[in-house]
Amino acid sequence: MLHDGHFRIICASQLRTEAPIILSMTEILTRAELKPLEKARPQRAWLSGNEAVARAAWEAGVRVAAAYPGTPSTEIIESLSHYPEVYSEWSLNEKVALEIALGASMAGRRALAAMKHVGVNVASDTLMTMALTGVAAGLVLAVADDVGCGSSQNEQDSRYWGRFGHLPILEPANASEAHALTRYAFELSERIELPVILRMTTRVCHVKGSVAVAEPLTATQERFEKDVKRWVMVPGNAKGRLALQHEREAAMRALAEACEWNRIEKGSDRRIGFIVSGPAYLALRESFPDAPVLKLGFSHPLPLALARDFASSVDKLLVVEETEPLLEQELKAAGFAVHGKDVLPSHDEIDADAIERAAALLLGMAPPAKPHASLDVFARPPTLCSGCPHLGVFLALARMKNVIVSGDIGCYTLGAGKPWNALDSCVSMGASLGIAQGLVRGRSAEDTRPVVAVIGDSTFLHSGMQGLLNLVYHGGNSTVLLLDNRATAMTGGQENPGTGRALGGGAAPRVDFAALAAALGVRKERIRSVDPYLLPAFYKVLREEVRAAEPSIIITSRPCVFAPDHARGVPLKVDSALCTGCGNCLDAGCPAITVIRRASELKPNGKTVERAFVQVESAACTGCGLCASTCGEAALVPVQGQA
Amino acid sequence: MITNILVAGIGGQGVMTAAELLARAALTAGLEVTKTEFAGMSQRGGSVCSQVRIGEHVRASAIRPGSAQRLLALESAEALRYRAYLAADGIAFVSTLRAVPPVVSSGASTYPEAAAERLRESGVRVIEVDAPGIARSLGDVRLANIVMLGAASSALPLDARILQAEVLARFARDPRLAQLNAAAFAAGERLALAPAA
Repeated sequence: MLHDGHFRIICASQLRTEAPIILSMTEILTRAELKPLEKARPQRAWLSGNEAVARAAWEAGVRVAAAYPGTPSTEIIESLSHYPEVYSEWSLNEKVALEIALGASMAGRRALAAMKHVGVNVASDTLMTMALTGVAAGLVLAVADDVGCGSSQNEQDSRYWGRFGHLPILEPANASEAHALTRYAFELSERIELPVILRMTTRVCHVKGSVAVAEPLTATQERFEKDVKRWVMVPGNAKGRLALQHEREAAMRALAEACEWNRIEKGSDRRIGFIVSGPAYLALRESFPDAPVLKLGFSHPLPLALARDFASSVDKLLVVEETEPLLEQELKAAGFAVHGKDVLPSHDEIDADAIERAAALLLGMAPPAKPHASLDVFARPPTLCSGCPHLGVFLALARMKNVIVSGDIGCYTLGAGKPWNALDSCVSMGASLGIAQGLVRGRSAEDTRPVVAVIGDSTFLHSGMQGLLNLVYHGGNSTVLLLDNRATAMTGGQENPGTGRALGGGAAPRVDFAALAAALGVRKERIRSVDPYLLPAFYKVLREEVRAAEPSIIITSRPCVFAPDHARGVPLKVDSALCTGCGNCLDAGCPAITVIRRASELKPNGKTVERAFVQVESAACTGCGLCASTCGEAALVPVQGQA
Repeated sequence: MITNILVAGIGGQGVMTAAELLARAALTAGLEVTKTEFAGMSQRGGSVCSQVRIGEHVRASAIRPGSAQRLLALESAEALRYRAYLAADGIAFVSTLRAVPPVVSSGASTYPEAAAERLRESGVRVIEVDAPGIARSLGDVRLANIVMLGAASSALPLDARILQAEVLARFARDPRLAQLNAAAFAAGERLALAPAA
């Protein structure tokens, strides 16, 4: 299907010197020229795991790639979008992304879908039946697990999908392996006619290293062939393919037994043999350079014969895997006496300390000494940005007592934190509307607190609009706050159908949220567009809509401060002669406002009032004016000379 | 021999840029390098740290607590946060910048006084760098990360000139920016070489 390539990358530095050539992704794309191949010479590039997957997919001849942004997976498609030969898109959600990859594969093109771990939950309906249809051209699902739960609502182990769907799982340890395993994944996918899951973790996705890159293959194009028994999964046809799943699993296991990515590394210290997958392998190797190791890159189906060989050569076995004990349980079920989560952490990353502690426990030795403790310092959680249009929304919600706020996933989830404390739930993408409806239906008759759902533009389009239709259809009376900041902001400002741009920044049709809400059945009178910086007006609309006994939607009109269409205003400063230290402006939670002096004041009635005098960091201020609307003394004034 | 360098600060300060420049300079110097980030939501003013490991036979990307030979803290309270990573013979380059977050402004938390002094008392060598002052005098506070790189450059296991060249290459497309960053690097270098440091 694919032929050796006939391009190689020549860069300026290579012509001048024989020194190692290390190129970043940007340089490869901006400095490289494509020249006819004379003599292939291996090159190294400085890439993150995500960039390495993109590079390898391009080398493998991928022509269609789709994803929904999500940390830590986002850079895979961002990198691929720089290759002009590859059609890449930000799909509406992960399910659509996977379906696009499947369609491209059916049409005979190698394809890639990328998503974070929770994205696979959304895509899983399609994935589980793709496991029956299989694929035509190679298809790789690159999944990034947020091990350690650094920027997600949960920590889940995507390797379960391999067990669930009888699909192969590949687990790279670093960027170099991510590159090589992506190349291998496409070959494997075509050999067994199944999607291959490339299971990455944060510590692979976001780690940069030197990667041996290769020449691109020449992509070929097959043709979609009608095959009803294969592609039309009605019960009769699906049933016919169930047995095939199990035959394939046996074939996959045989491949895994012989795969070069599953290898025994012999060692002289045989007290513990380690069975390891993923990036923990690297920490393990630094801590125990002399230990025997069974390194699994093609970890499902588990190569049991290889494991048996390995087990016979060591005293004890310790399985090191992130995060669930999947290999451990399968080995135990096959009769192996192994240790794993009994001595290793049940969640989070497995670092060198954890492996050394586990080994010490198994060997009956004293645990390693703990290094110096950290010095006590305040937590510094992420904040909303200076001038963020969400600030006004949460200021208003915080002032509205007796309201239940069902939140969603995006920057605005930060509204749950200080100083606003303005969200009461956050569960999954698009969940705010269904939860709001359930809160209303499930509450007691005496509980009359209004219920508000808060959701951003990209999340609403991802999976929130179904919840709105459901709310309208079933006569719910919640108020939806649609925070349209014209960006998928939390992951770095990616494009979505609400931005009027597509991946790469090119113009695209822009969805009209008001018209969409009307089409879903919200009455025109209950569709309000408001400026979140104009606090009194915004608050008035919010009061009106939560009182309405029918579904309503308030759409905010200001872009993210990082969006291309954001315009900065004249920055503000504090007129210290006017500031009374009331601290009202601090309720906005804008990081540009800081306290410069605190004071206690004894009032004539004997009460003590705390004063907080503030300043505005004018360099950070966007001049949105929100804080000025909280100030009864008009002490927040434009910086002179910048008007 | 592996040198572990931890660059810490807050989102938007250029922590990742500084770490990237360090890593690329080490690559140019012919060393093995890994770089990893601990920054879930880095653009949002949260704590950010990037870890660079350079030398021979570098495998794992994470720096183990107690094993960082250098800490470049672009914000003074952040230097305290990452104390546990420093090796006994580690050197901390600490910016005098105090970035006070809303949790402190609102009175919910307090900002540590004399952060550099507390770090010194904990038993490591501390070099304070007036990176914000120098950057501001050059006209742009965003140059502070390059000032810090310059200040640390003579204490890194690679030629300071290679690092300087990386800084220049990064901004090569904009002569004005290249000049400013070169000046920031040089000012940092001078500061660290001064007897008081």
